[in-house]
Amino acid sequence: MSADNSMLVLIGLSVITAATPLVYAAIGELVVEKSGVLNLGVEGMMLGGAVGGFAVAHLSGSALLGVLAGMLSGMLLSLLFAFLTLHLRSSQVATGLALTLFGIGLSALLGQPLIGVAYEGIPTYAIPVLRDIPVLGTLLFEHDLMVYGSILLVVAVSFFLRSTRAGLILRAVGDSPEAAHALGYRVILVRYLATLFGGACAGLSGCYLSMAYAPMWAENLSAGRGWIALALVVFATWQPSRLLFGAYLFGGITILQLHAQAIGINVPSQLMSMLPYIATIIVLVLISRDRGRIRKNAPASIGQAFHPTK
Amino acid sequence: MISLQPRQQPSKLMGLLAPLLALLLTVLAGLVLFALLGVPVGQGFYAFFIEPVSSVYGLSELGVKAAPLIMIAVALSVGYRSNVWNIGAEGQLILGGICGGAVALYFYEVDAWYVLPLMMLSGVLGGMLWAAIPALLRTRFNANEILTSLMLTYIAALLLSLLVHGPLRDPDGFNFPESRLFHAAATLPNIMQGTRLHIGALVALLLVVVTWVLLSRTLLGFALKVNGQAPRAGQYAGFTQNRLIWFSLLYCGACAGLAGLFEVAGPIGQLLPTISPGYGFTAIIVAFLGRLHPVGVVFAGLVMALSYLGGESAQISLNLPVAVTGVFQGMLLFFLLAADVLIHYRLVWRRTGVAA
Repeated sequence: MSADNSMLVLIGLSVITAATPLVYAAIGELVVEKSGVLNLGVEGMMLGGAVGGFAVAHLSGSALLGVLAGMLSGMLLSLLFAFLTLHLRSSQVATGLALTLFGIGLSALLGQPLIGVAYEGIPTYAIPVLRDIPVLGTLLFEHDLMVYGSILLVVAVSFFLRSTRAGLILRAVGDSPEAAHALGYRVILVRYLATLFGGACAGLSGCYLSMAYAPMWAENLSAGRGWIALALVVFATWQPSRLLFGAYLFGGITILQLHAQAIGINVPSQLMSMLPYIATIIVLVLISRDRGRIRKNAPASIGQAFHPTK
Repeated sequence: MISLQPRQQPSKLMGLLAPLLALLLTVLAGLVLFALLGVPVGQGFYAFFIEPVSSVYGLSELGVKAAPLIMIAVALSVGYRSNVWNIGAEGQLILGGICGGAVALYFYEVDAWYVLPLMMLSGVLGGMLWAAIPALLRTRFNANEILTSLMLTYIAALLLSLLVHGPLRDPDGFNFPESRLFHAAATLPNIMQGTRLHIGALVALLLVVVTWVLLSRTLLGFALKVNGQAPRAGQYAGFTQNRLIWFSLLYCGACAGLAGLFEVAGPIGQLLPTISPGYGFTAIIVAFLGRLHPVGVVFAGLVMALSYLGGESAQISLNLPVAVTGVFQGMLLFFLLAADVLIHYRLVWRRTGVAA
């Protein structure tokens, strides 16, 4: 392998690690939104997953337990959101914001003893035979299992929404909860499950950040990635395949800031760090300006509480 | 079994009681939290809730912290009434600090009466400029203001960091990332000897009155309310949503920008890489806790200011992490949202298994 190639492979690898947390968080939120629920607490659940996963992985020494704990932390936080919005019918926007603020505070408090703790990261697993393909082998087939998992998850969600009966019910609940209710489907239950799935995904996203991407714990580790994931769902117009593309695009932009210095772009680091946020705004504008397209793809009842009338 | 029974009309009484109930539950949950952290409960309660306000200086600090919260929250509630979800007040505050601070540094050691007013004007315009971006993107391109205003907060924080590391850095400051200390003509007058209480507290109260008049005595205030509760009715009445979006965001930008300038020209006295402990975000909780009403916001602002002081005090006397403040603030908003169910529903006890 030539030096040029290995540099490219290195950049490619870091793009993939930067994109993976976005894939998890965004695919979870996509399912949540498809059921008609807007959970703005992604950032808070990510931080919960990040601190929960890191703590358990550090204490138990097992990456698997850490990942499970991260997932569970995200689910617990999403359960709080689900109870408030679905049972007590609080405003989804306000409750989502509350979840984010609470998650930031709680993770900072619980993570206090973990600051400065070293962690070796999730082990990578090279797929035999395929890994021996020149260049592509290292780039595509030498990752930790969570990277493969994120791709599989997107494929699975895409299949679920498009081709299964349960996926159809979920979409019906999101587009017309009244009709779904009249047909005898349990709207609240479906939304509970979707919200929990979103929490699990946000938790996975968070623990990928703290256990593989960083790998360490710091206050506010996610630095707005939860919000970028929310924007990615709009960018993807609620379609899983586009979401994957979007996440990798943003992964690329994030990595650009790290490698800018190396490829001779000499601008202040703060300007480069602004790039993902600026890109999010630009992307949102480009997609949202086409109102017809948003209306056609967005779940029709998104953000509205459902009151079953018996 | 407890079940929810819809009320005929939303309960006004519960609207007022819910925040108190939420506060009570937060304090109780806080005591549990102290116990879990291994702190004697009584000591924790005293350090967090009593000690900070048991002296005149403590009370003045409460005013220092409450002023920016009230200024921003009162403006946020204007937007939230009409479903304009500006959550980027923190960024607007930072821009106000940057623009106002830049004026102070430009007129460094110019001892003239006009420096401070010019700083305020610049701070207000800076905040408005930052808020104008989500307003433009929402009205022109339909882009969600929640996401754009939040992204702009991250950008503002990086911009501030960039400036204090570069152009606005103190030339004699040994490369520390901070600006020169503002000179006397560029700092806010104190309103109480021996404390840090500055005229921002008075301005905050003035804004409360102005906003109250705006909401209850003007057509604009009425339009905001109608468009929030019944957007279609508002449209038939000829209230254009776009104009309200522009107004809500610019008004908040102005107030947050001024609050940011007050921070740098008051308690801080220079530009630092961080100029706010998240006032712009906490103000969101203040707005909800204050029932989106200017008078309610004053009380809510004082409560949330106490959560900052309590966190600092608990850190000093009990060695607890400052993050306790964030947990308290988050819990309070959760409990409030939960308690709000009582406005529209009443709790009824029903024995299970008995046909109603």
